[in-house]
Amino acid sequence: MSTKKNKKAHGLKDLPIHIILILLCLAWLIPTLGLLVTSFRPLQDINTSGWWTIFAKTKGYEEYQTYCASCHGEDGSAIAEADLSDPELVGGYKRSLTLIPVLESDINGEPHMGEISLPDENESASILSYMKRLSGIDTSTTFTLDNYIDAFTGYRGNKTYREDCASGTQSLDLYCDIRDLLNPRGMGRAFINSVFVAVPCTVLPILIASFAAYAFSWMDFKGRQWLFALLVGLQVVPLQMTLIPVSRLYAQLGLNGTFLGIWLFHTGFGLPYAIYLMRNFMGSLPKEVFESAYIDGASHWTAFRRLAIPLSVPAIASLTIFQFLWIWNDLLVALVFLGGKHPVLTYQIGNMVTSLGSGWQLLTAAAFISMALPMLVFLLLQKYFVRGMMAGSVKG
Amino acid sequence: MAKRSYGIMRQKPLTPWLYLLPALIVMSTFIVYPGFNTFYLSIRNNDNTGWAGTRCMAGQPCWGIFENYRYALTSTIMQTAFLNNLKWIVLMVSGSVALGLLIAVLADRVKYESLAKSIIFLPMAISFVGAGVIWKFVYNYGTTQVQVGLLNAIITGLGGKPVSWLTEPNINTIALIVVGVWMWTGFCMTILAAALKGVSVEILEAARVDGANEWQVFWKIMIPQILPTITVVVTTMIINVLKIFDIVYVMTGGNYGTEVIANRMYIEMYKNYDPGRASAIAVLLIIVIIPAMIMNIRRFQKQEETR
Repeated sequence: MSTKKNKKAHGLKDLPIHIILILLCLAWLIPTLGLLVTSFRPLQDINTSGWWTIFAKTKGYEEYQTYCASCHGEDGSAIAEADLSDPELVGGYKRSLTLIPVLESDINGEPHMGEISLPDENESASILSYMKRLSGIDTSTTFTLDNYIDAFTGYRGNKTYREDCASGTQSLDLYCDIRDLLNPRGMGRAFINSVFVAVPCTVLPILIASFAAYAFSWMDFKGRQWLFALLVGLQVVPLQMTLIPVSRLYAQLGLNGTFLGIWLFHTGFGLPYAIYLMRNFMGSLPKEVFESAYIDGASHWTAFRRLAIPLSVPAIASLTIFQFLWIWNDLLVALVFLGGKHPVLTYQIGNMVTSLGSGWQLLTAAAFISMALPMLVFLLLQKYFVRGMMAGSVKG
Repeated sequence: MAKRSYGIMRQKPLTPWLYLLPALIVMSTFIVYPGFNTFYLSIRNNDNTGWAGTRCMAGQPCWGIFENYRYALTSTIMQTAFLNNLKWIVLMVSGSVALGLLIAVLADRVKYESLAKSIIFLPMAISFVGAGVIWKFVYNYGTTQVQVGLLNAIITGLGGKPVSWLTEPNINTIALIVVGVWMWTGFCMTILAAALKGVSVEILEAARVDGANEWQVFWKIMIPQILPTITVVVTTMIINVLKIFDIVYVMTGGNYGTEVIANRMYIEMYKNYDPGRASAIAVLLIIVIIPAMIMNIRRFQKQEETR
């Protein structure tokens, strides 16, 4: 164990290791960070400045420091007759065009700017916007929750849901109350649909798989070996291979666009992996436990319920998390079997990207809504998630 | 080791099948039967009223019953898709395996190993759709002066000209592959890291004492020892890449020359309503995957022998 500890880097010669690793980690984090930051920014900011500018000083701060702070002071109130923190005074300047002449003109017979050169047009505009913020005229915030409200309610207008509802100009299908969370276009509804798809699609295959896994582990029957080998093979059958016949079958049975249809399909596809994983776990439980139970007269049904299932909880936990996230993140199956009838999160986002051309304020918030749960699950239950992922090979 | 004895757990001959029945029924209905049916549909015509040969037009080349395969193998759009899938396989598999290995080796030597690994693995938890949005924003191409997309902002910041990453031919497929690498490196890293932990510390130390430098230790000892695991990771990744659909669907919809097989199959079936052609494409997909399937079974049987 001590050799293990010594291996950890802490010398100057290991500096390249740290640099490469930290750079890679940053490269992995920054795209997601950009999405997260953007989802909290107001619409006009998103389209006029990059998300990384929020880490810079307030717009115009530098220019104000250079040109004005020496006389007017940090907070603008150093000169009583020209108090830059006075809303009435600053409110007189609507655009930078009206500010520039004042800077050029003389004050008390002296040049306004004294020895300092005049700011150019862009700098004047920045100074003005800083003054507006200083005086409290500009009340817009750096961060807002509006994007999330708009995404949840399925708002598609040019302003925000809250503004439209306040002025009564919302579109006809919005009620401006709690009912909007169920708007078919919104992420609120999609979230509920996703839960409604993912929960049965997780429970059903695991339930069925545990029976089969028990048979494969603790019962003897003809064809056990090759049936299980077949199962290993089935794991890699691509989804695409079965979509067409199943959707034709569903069309005849009227199952297209129903929850039942997608539950059954995902159950079918989740089974090979679920059985494989559970059988590997159940089969490695100590044989003696089962033997003594059988000697004591326990039936298979008792051994299954009282021994196999309780002892397999770790495997079931891994499988649950893995299967749940797999369904939650799936787009193709939801697209084919549910479509717009019961839109799930991935479908709704895909739709927003490809056909509606929604702005970034909606897309980033929507994407984060869909990612929040998986990220939470990952951060809290990482161990089980990784185990479920690694235990077999591939799926779907 | 000897085969497990089941002697003590006798049961009526039907009992095992009762436990297996639900699973067998569901799997037959949703995997086995549709699999065979897809083969059948692939040699049928557009509306399943006759064999595929009836679609042939006079004066045009015709492959008879395999007419749908003629489309799937020789049409321009499908050849673009195959070529792109090849690019995906080469670049994404090598990229994510190499990066995964690099990170696994480096992270093993630092104190913040688990934090670094979590960061790299995190994209694995989110959907392809979410990743598509994240990266579409990174690749954003502004028509005005301000670039709100990170990549173009960096380029213009360095004095370059902004690039329309997702519509520029040749660049766009690579831009999509980067998203795939970003998502799957964590997977490769985790498996490879587990294998690296299994490499005997004594051998590594012995080599170092004998004067081998880190570079030699890596290539001459670590790589040969984890080679079987690398093979497994590469096979797994190839299968995953062949099925890649969501990234392309969300980010470009297969336009601007970014078409891939899985997306083409979706379009043939659900946009063009042509089950014959869509099935033929699906069959090609499974044919490519069959070797990996056999490898999987072989590997499993070997594992069972040593159990």
